[in-house]
Parts: sequence; C-alpha cells; structure tokens
Amino acid sequence: MGELASQKHVQFIVSVEKKKDSFESVVMEHIRMNGAYWGLTALDLLGKLHVVDVEEVVSWVLQCQDDSGGFGGNIGHDPHVLYTLSAVQVLALFDKLDVLDIEKVASYVAGLQNEDGSFSGDMWGEIDTRFSYIAISCLSLLHRLDKINVEKAVNYILSCKNHDGGFGCTPGAESHAGQIFCCVGALAITGSLHHIDKDLLGWWLCERQDNKTGGLNGRPEKLPDVCYSWWALSSLIMIDRVHWINKDKLIKFILDCQDIENGGISDRPDDAVDVYHTYFGVAGLSLLEYPGLKAIDPAYALPVDVVDRIILDR
Amino acid sequence: MHGRPRKAAKPEDEAASAAQAQELRALQSQLLSNHHNKIYTDEAQQLSAKLVQQNPESYTAWNYRKLVVQHNLAQSESDPDSLKSILDQELGLVESALKQNFKSYGAWHHRKWVLSKGHSVLDRELKLLKRFQQSDPRNFHAWNYRRFVAALLNRSEEEELDYTREMIEHNFSNYSAWHNRSVLLCNLMKKKSQGFFPKEKVLNDEYEHVHDAIFTDPDDQSGWFYYLWLLDQTVKTDAPLLVASWPAHESDVILSRNRRSDDSSFSPFDSFHSDSGTIPLILYFNQAVEGVNSSTITIESSFCTKDLNWKPLLQNNSQLSQVWVTHIKFPDVKPHSSEAYQLKISVGQSQGIISASGIHYSHPTQLAFKVCLRPIETEPATKKGGHRILWRDENFHMYQPQSQEPDEVVPIDQLIINDHEPTASNWRAETIANEIALFRELSELNCKIGKLTLARLLTAHDVILSPRTSKMAHSEEVLELYTDLIKLDPLHSQYYKDEHSLVLLQKVTSNRESLLNHCFSYKNLASSSIGNDICLRLSNLSLSRMGSIEKLLWVQMLDLSHNELHSIEGLEAMQLLSCLNLSNNKLGSLTALGPLRLLKSLEVLDISYNEIGSHTIDRTRYLCSTPLSHTEETSWNSDEIVTGGASVKDNWEAVLIFKSMSLTQLAIVGNAISGENFKSLLVKLVPTLEWLDGDKLH
Repeated sequence: MGELASQKHVQFIVSVEKKKDSFESVVMEHIRMNGAYWGLTALDLLGKLHVVDVEEVVSWVLQCQDDSGGFGGNIGHDPHVLYTLSAVQVLALFDKLDVLDIEKVASYVAGLQNEDGSFSGDMWGEIDTRFSYIAISCLSLLHRLDKINVEKAVNYILSCKNHDGGFGCTPGAESHAGQIFCCVGALAITGSLHHIDKDLLGWWLCERQDNKTGGLNGRPEKLPDVCYSWWALSSLIMIDRVHWINKDKLIKFILDCQDIENGGISDRPDDAVDVYHTYFGVAGLSLLEYPGLKAIDPAYALPVDVVDRIILDR
Repeated sequence: MHGRPRKAAKPEDEAASAAQAQELRALQSQLLSNHHNKIYTDEAQQLSAKLVQQNPESYTAWNYRKLVVQHNLAQSESDPDSLKSILDQELGLVESALKQNFKSYGAWHHRKWVLSKGHSVLDRELKLLKRFQQSDPRNFHAWNYRRFVAALLNRSEEEELDYTREMIEHNFSNYSAWHNRSVLLCNLMKKKSQGFFPKEKVLNDEYEHVHDAIFTDPDDQSGWFYYLWLLDQTVKTDAPLLVASWPAHESDVILSRNRRSDDSSFSPFDSFHSDSGTIPLILYFNQAVEGVNSSTITIESSFCTKDLNWKPLLQNNSQLSQVWVTHIKFPDVKPHSSEAYQLKISVGQSQGIISASGIHYSHPTQLAFKVCLRPIETEPATKKGGHRILWRDENFHMYQPQSQEPDEVVPIDQLIINDHEPTASNWRAETIANEIALFRELSELNCKIGKLTLARLLTAHDVILSPRTSKMAHSEEVLELYTDLIKLDPLHSQYYKDEHSLVLLQKVTSNRESLLNHCFSYKNLASSSIGNDICLRLSNLSLSRMGSIEKLLWVQMLDLSHNELHSIEGLEAMQLLSCLNLSNNKLGSLTALGPLRLLKSLEVLDISYNEIGSHTIDRTRYLCSTPLSHTEETSWNSDEIVTGGASVKDNWEAVLIFKSMSLTQLAIVGNAISGENFKSLLVKLVPTLEWLDGDKLH
C-alpha cells in the first residue's frame, strides 16, 4: 500500500487558489466559499493551516457577506445557507468567529426555518434536510441554537427517515449517504440519536463498501467514490457502527485515488483530482485514524480541537 | 470532477479551455452586474438564459431568472395566454439546462418554482420525466420531482405503485424504484385502501415479487433491503408491549438494610441490599415509549407509593425510552422483626403510554410480587468497598441451587404477554416457515444474502414462535451461519461477529439451565467477608456486543471480562448492578462508559486492559450525554487545573463520566490513558474511591 502524499496534497490545495483562470475554477466560481472550507480544513488536518494568509482569507470571507447576514459562494453572489455554514466553518478554523456580527448571521439562518420545522436554503424556498443540518450546525457553532425550534427541526428530519433506516432530502425521498450524514449529524448535535435504528442504518451503510475496491458508494448498486469515505464513514462513527466496514481496504482505496505526482485526490483511481475529493479523502483518512493527521469531528466536519474549543470552552 | 479521467492537458486543449473560461467569466460578471443593478432588458434576459445553459449550477443566475419571471409577469397583460407563454418559455430553458446537467439542484428547483405559479400543463412533466428516468433510472432528483408532480396532479398512489412495478420489471436492479414502492405500499396499507387490506395478502404478493429479484441475481443489493422491510412488516408488532420487569411477576424479593449475611434459606438471586430501604422498579418495553408516569402505572400496596418519579433510562434528556425506572421506598421496620409487603403493579390501565410512532399501549398488564424486609441487624453495616473484590477464578464457585424450588431460582421470563392476534400470528408463522424453506436452498449455494437472510429468518422464527418456552430452537444453526458468513464475506466480518454475539447471548439466557451454567458464588477466601454474592460470568465468550439485557435485570455482579466488547450500550437497564468487570475488552474511550453513569448502585468497576486513550477518533462522542450534543451543560470551569498538571479541559470526558459515579473500587491499569496524573485526577473526582488499581487509598 502507498502512503499519504501529504506534502503533494498541500501543494495541490495551495495551487488551486492560483489557477483562477482555468475553466474548472470559473465553472466553480460560485461555490468558492465551499472550496475554501474544503481546502483549508484539509490543510488543517494535514497540519499545514499556517501556510495561508489568515487576514487575506478573513477579509475575503467578509466580502462575501450579504446585508441579510447570509453569505454568498463568492463576492457578489446571492446569500445561501450552503455558503453561510462554510463561511462560519472557515472562520472557526482560524478562531476568528469574533469578526462576525453573530446575532445577524444567526438571524439569517434562523429566519429560514419553516412552520413544519424544515429549512429553506435561501429566500427562494428550496427545502432539503441538507439545509436542516446546515442551520443546526451553524447555529450551534455560533451558540445560538435557541433561536430556532429544535424540536420541530428534529421532527422534520425524522419525517424523512426511510424503511432502510436512512434519510432522504424530503419526506419520501430515497436514502443517500450524503443526506444520511446531514440527518445523523443534525440529530447528533441536538442529542437526538436515539431516534435512529442504529443496527438497521449501520447495516445499510456498511454494505456501501465495495468488495472489489474497498471503496464506499453512496447508494446501493452505485460506483464507489472517495467522497463517501466522509459521508458514510462519519455517519457510521456517529452511530458507533464503523467497525462493520473494513478499515484497511478503505484506506487503500483512498490512497489509490491520490495523484502521487501532482498531488490531490480524485473520486476513483486515475480520475482527475479536485479539492472537494482531496478534502473528503483526507477527512476520511482522519476518521480511519491514519497516522499523522489531526482528528476530525464526525458531526461538525471540523477538526476536533476546533470543535472542542468552540463548544466546550465557552 | 466526477468520473473524468486524469490526464495531462494537451496545449491545444488548454488554449480551448482558456477561451471557454474567458467567455464564461464574461457572462458571469455581466450577470452579476445586471443582477445588482436590477436590469431586466431583453439583452440581459438572454444573457442569463445563455449562462444557465452553459453552467446550470450557477445558482445566482437562477435567482436572477426568478426575478426576470416576476418582472415579466408583472409587465404582461393578465390574460392567461401571455402568463402561460412566459412560464412555458422558462420551462423550456430549464429543460435545456437539465440536458446539460440533470443533477443540477438549481435547475430542478427552478422548475418546481415555475410550476408552483400554476398555468402550466402538468401532463407534459410526466412525459419529460419518463424520458429522464429512462436514461437514468436512479436519478434521485427525477424521482423527487416525480413525487412533486404526482402530488400536483393528484395522481393516485395506486398509479404510482404501478409505475414502480413497470420500472422494476424493466430492470429489477433499481433500488430507487423499490424504495418508492415501499413508501407507497406503506401508505396504502396504513389507509387500508381497497386491495391493500388485509396487509397479509399484500405482503404475500410482495414476497413473490422480490423473490424474483433476489433469486435472479443474489448479489444485487436492490432487493435486499426491500426484503428486510417485508420481513420487518411480517414480524414486528406495532403496539408497544412490556417484555420484562424487575422485580419479576410472582417473585419474592428480600430487601435488607445491612449487607446481606450468609443466610442460605433465601435465594441470593432475589436478595437486594439498600441502606435507604428502597428498591428499583424497572419496566422494559419492546420499543421506546413515552408517557410512563404515576397515572399510567398504578401501584397497589399497604403503604403509600404515591407520586413515584419515573425516569427514562437513556443517555440524554429524551422522554422516549425503552426502559423506565422508579424507586419504591419501604416503611422503616423495627429492629429484629421482618415485614412482608405485597405489591401489585398495573401497567397501562389508563391510556398514556405511547410508542414513537404514536401507537398506544393496549395490553394492560399486571405484575404482582412480594418484598420481604429483613430485620435490621445491630452490627454496623460494612460497605462493600471495605473488602476488595478480586475477580480471580479461585474466588468463584459454580452456583449450587439450595432452594427447594429449583425452577424458581432464577427469576427470568416470568412475564408472558398474550398475543391477541391469533390469525395474524398463524399467518406470520406460516410465512416465516415458507421463507425459511426457500432461503435454505439459496443458503446452500454459499450465497451471502442467502445465509444472512436465513439467519435472520430463523432468529425471527424463534422469537415469534416460542415466547412461552423461551427456547431458541435454531440458535446452533444460526451461530453456524454467522460463522460461515465471517469467512464468506470478510469485509463485514465484524457485523457478523456482533450478530453472533447477540444470538449467543439469546441462547445463554434462553432458559434456566443454560443461565445457571454461568452463575457463580463469589467468596473471597483471603478476606474475612462472608458474602453469598451471585456473579453472572459471561467472560471469555468472544462477545463483541451485549444483548438480551431484558433477561438480566436481576444481575448485581457481572463479569464480562476477556471479551471483545467495544460498547456497553444497553447496560444502563441493569439497575441492580453493583460490581462490574469489563477488563480485557476493546472499550476505546471514556465516553463509551456513558451507560454506567445511570447505574446508581455501581460500586466496583474494573475497566483495566482496554483501549481507552489509544484512539484519536471517539465513536461514542455523540452517543454519550455531553455538551457537544446539547444534552448536558458544561459543568466545569475550564481554567481549573485539577492536580499534577491534569487540566479539566483536557480531561472533560473523565470529569463527565466519573463525577456522577460513587465507585469504591476502580481498576483502570492497562489503558493508554492511565498515567499517574490521570489517576490523581480520578482520586479527586471520585471521593468515595477506596481502591484504585489494587492500591488502598485511605
């Protein structure tokens, strides 16, 4: 088995920032806030967060904030919870949450809760359990969970629970590992994991591991993909069923997806690398206790020391 | 970049890509400028249309399009035709964006948004969906959109059910279709719609249907989970039931204020000691319930038992729990006289106990038991901590029942719930028997799902068919199946190991004889104490998880050492536990000890030789009640340095776990965490501690 090419990945993540003119980065321009979160969290897990200029990042993040308190995916883009959470996470990494008008950000997020407990992603009303997770995680990091009706939020998430033990984006929607992470994470943060049938969900999740490659897929009969080394694996950890998959084989799969020459990790071996899969690969290895990486928190998707600092040390 | 091959770009490709990027960048900055300046000219509208087709993920562009639609609707005459043409044009735009990227959340939501304005022809949507679903039958956006459109069209669930059948018949490897089928069927059965009642008939048809899929390609997972759902529908009873209690029905409990002395006229299984003269009353249900309180549980006794405080046994603040406990305080007795009390507990006479799915407890049950208070002896009581418990083999002797009624010795399974659905029960038994016969064939082909399903069926069979005899008739066969599976599917060997452990525990606890084989008298010959503690020894059984706890509520001394336990989930129900040996297991963190915080009688704990402190990732971080899950306030001052440099901040888990326990003995040696600093922290956190790692403290 190869080793984690940490140094190469650091170089890759830093270089992505500099390739602003490639077609890929223009297509992804509107989700640069997510990109910043993926890249910077990966750097932190690799122990290299100090290579970036904190002031530059913080000032850019603040330029993405809208008058409503929400954040856009880049300067000039509309606010949305997807980028608001990323912005809060990025500031959390640098211990810079104090630059925020916390009440304002929290009001933006809390204002998106609907009567049935669900959350809209922005003013245009798309509803999805992803947004429930985002709202709960974001408000918890800001110590403002009291601004929403947590009980209703939890009940909405439970209404999206399926017969296979998993969760979908709206009631009746099919289970998907990414969606399961969101729902399990939201239930974890709100102390509601007892609503989950851990054995049923655990079996569904552990069957995501593919016999041939050792990688995890996101739904039955789909191809394995490095990103599920985060979505499915973190969910398995939160419900204490992670031993039901084979760790060594998954580690090998993630390492096989590295671009050893130029750095970066891809969805599957020999595919093109990107910062999204690089982050999920590194985060997955951290969950698998790969040596030399900082530990990541399975619910907040931030390094454990960052979460402990914010939540435990008020 | 999903599914795109990794390759070095050729110079000409790079040039083309740069040109493309430049064009897209120009479009995007122009759009943002138009958006911010609220410009909705034809030119600006066309530019945004071009952008969403080139980059359907650009969410700000979709937002702009919504403003455009609103602008155009406001400008237009209010005649339906012009409204419709504005909206139709928008639907056309979404369709072409979806052709570019049919996984674009923004595009799908935009389409829903347009439809929600009304005026659109919905039938066209189903045709469009059919095309999309033929090219990608698993696209979950399309399935979600289908549910949305079906609801707008008031399409019947029967029609949609037929559609899932069509999709499955076209290709049974379609988990999405099976999933949708389970949702629709569940609704139809719940509503008892025509043709979907009784549910037995529906389920029989569905078994046939899914057999085709599983037997055609047993490796395809699509049917697996659907089958498991059918099995669950067959086996499970919706109504909450009481499955066990302590004290058990018709049992005699001896309550002594002093440490019990050697008195062989009483069965040690039912002797319980309490300084304050209270006993716990534990109710164990088949599923989590709420509403257990002094109005739903009534107690008849000759003394006052009003306003009992019922507590859910759960690691958070939830009021929904499978196990509930209250404490009954008995009147004081005069010295040298004993007193006996009859208690009658009625569970669910009045409504109020409800399951998570809202189903009422509807099997009123009565428990009657006798509690005999032993006279208070004049000798001063010695605390158990006074003599050290040594978990050495020589201190344990096979238990020899001395009671005249050996059958009554171990108070298990005295609670029998009558099944009120005899016909359903027959159907269940028959169905399970048929399925067993079928899956035996598949299992013989060395097929994973065949063996696993057979194991699940046999276990279900034993559980539903023999609640009275408590015999697990098939446990040997099931254990063998899981042993085979460990070899057959090594990737998931730990799952099968866990299942193996559960079945093994079911077997051990299934009858008195087998349980007695694990019961030992504890006598520490080296110390002067003369106890007659009964220890249940489940050590050296390769257990990787605990189970059958409802059968073990009576246990006060438990040896689980030399197993492979990484979790003790469920142990919180064993409210009588005072001595627990968990040494030589795989407990990986302090939060894994969370269930012990609920065991108020626990005094002696051995967690030596585990893996506490060896892991960077804590798997019970969110299952334990902590400030991280908002189930506990931060109850410590993080600046506090406790002792010898061990700060509370770095040891918050230890503070959380040990502060609420009143241990007298603790062994923690052989864990990565157990340094001298940590031990001095423990001494400070647990003032009752008398022995730590075999050393006397005071």
